[in-house]
Amino acid sequence: MEAAIRFEHVNYSINHLHILKNLSGIFPKGKITTLVGPSGAGKSTVFRLCNGLRSANTGKIFIHGKLITDYHPVDLRRNVGLALQSAPMIDGTVLENLQLPLQLQGKKLPESEAKHLLQLVGLDNSFLHHHANDLSGGQRQKVSIARTLVNRPKILLLDEITSALDRVSQQDIENLILRINEKFGTTILWITHNLQQALDVGDYTWVMMNGELVESGKTSLLESPTDDRVREFVKGDGTN
Amino acid sequence: MSYLNLTLSLVFVLIPILLSKTLNLGLEKDTVIAVVRSTIQLLAVGFILHFVFNSKNYIYIILMIILMIVAATHNARKKGTSIQGITWKLVVTFIFIEILTQGILLGLQIVPPTAQYIIPISGMMIGNSMVLGILFLNRFTAELKNHQDQTELILSLGGTPKQAVHNQLVSAIKASTIPTIESQKTMGLVQLPGMMSGQIIAGADPVQAVQFQLLVLFLLLTTAVVTAILLGFLSYPTLFNERMQFLKERIQSE
Ligand SMILES: Nc1ncnc2c1ncn2[C@@H]1O[C@H](COP(=O)(O)OP(=O)(O)O)[C@@H](O)[C@H]1O
Ligand SMILES: [Mg+2]
Repeated sequence: MEAAIRFEHVNYSINHLHILKNLSGIFPKGKITTLVGPSGAGKSTVFRLCNGLRSANTGKIFIHGKLITDYHPVDLRRNVGLALQSAPMIDGTVLENLQLPLQLQGKKLPESEAKHLLQLVGLDNSFLHHHANDLSGGQRQKVSIARTLVNRPKILLLDEITSALDRVSQQDIENLILRINEKFGTTILWITHNLQQALDVGDYTWVMMNGELVESGKTSLLESPTDDRVREFVKGDGTN
Repeated sequence: MSYLNLTLSLVFVLIPILLSKTLNLGLEKDTVIAVVRSTIQLLAVGFILHFVFNSKNYIYIILMIILMIVAATHNARKKGTSIQGITWKLVVTFIFIEILTQGILLGLQIVPPTAQYIIPISGMMIGNSMVLGILFLNRFTAELKNHQDQTELILSLGGTPKQAVHNQLVSAIKASTIPTIESQKTMGLVQLPGMMSGQIIAGADPVQAVQFQLLVLFLLLTTAVVTAILLGFLSYPTLFNERMQFLKERIQSE
């Protein structure tokens, strides 16, 4: 199986806190891999490393076979798109937020494209000129997803992007991501607290706990975990 | 003014001390320290200036300016901020301000190249640059702390460090220079600037005093804006490493 991202004995600490512990594993190319595990397990940190916002202290990360440190940070980040867990907005309208990725390259996203993006994530056109600060948590998540798509990343890192969405919106986003995966062959990494979602969308799964990768493989492993801790976690419906 | 008169003016020190004692404000100790320090420092400066003016040697002028820059740096660094390696950035800023303002003043022969002009104007420029530097750095670190998410967002989308802190930099430059600009709008309406008042009291022609005050005000505009911009552009790169990662912890301390 070809790896889009490969971790080899990755350790990451901050302020003497050992956050990722000797992490080794792969995220298969062109597939959807979900990352599950309790809060504080280190899932978001894995994404920060993949997107280059942080660097591992020791160990190696390969993106499409090339050492992550051999990429220019700007190229890396455009190709490995990240939708941050907090869905932060810049101070401005929804349109300005959608235009941000291209604006950073000195280009301009046409308003028609922005409208199309809003439609993709299921947000009405009328939101285009709303101030981003006035959006609800769920609406912000939708804008954040749309914004991450603008760079057309080859790898998409989605950090709990549906946590504030209602059931219907959640399904719409799931379908959108599945379509993107299918149409463009985009590799998807998706952190979710929702085990049902992991089962619905994921081909593969990483179960992380306490900075370690405790189990990984086909998503069906969530239905019959071998590790005791994972069994406990799954029984608690992933919410502990 | 005679020393006797100066001694009599100590009445104005006694008034706050007595009031503080009566009302239990607890200001006595600091008032006394302030009075003693300002007296000693200003008299010392007076004697030094007297010596420098009479010696007519540029070495002493340069030494005085170096002393001012050292003092301003020390002060700004202490009150300033958690930005790393700030000392030399302040030194560079003050030296740049000094060379820029004196270069134009002397180059265009706006004022004569004598200690009488160079030293007081340098003092005002470096002093104001120091105050503005502190104001700017406090504001800039506050902006950075409040907008960490946006900084990280812009980096995550492939923005450069400069793009990631651009808004915070602009807000801090604006916020720190606006008071200087605003205060000049009401200049002369509410209060006369200290320097001009001093000159008038010392017997100078008011129109002449106004001319010099205007010169100083114009200089302060340059000093304010240049200090904030220079310090900003010298500071922000230390917040990132060579992998364009935002080093949050560098602004977290304190
Ligand atoms: N900047 C930081 N400083 C200190 N600790 C951090 C920092 N970022 C993350 N952590 C810690 O790292 C651990 C993993 O965090 P995170 O990757 O966000 O977990 P998850 O996304 O699985 O909930 C947590 O214990 C968190 O408190
Ligand atoms: Mg997280």
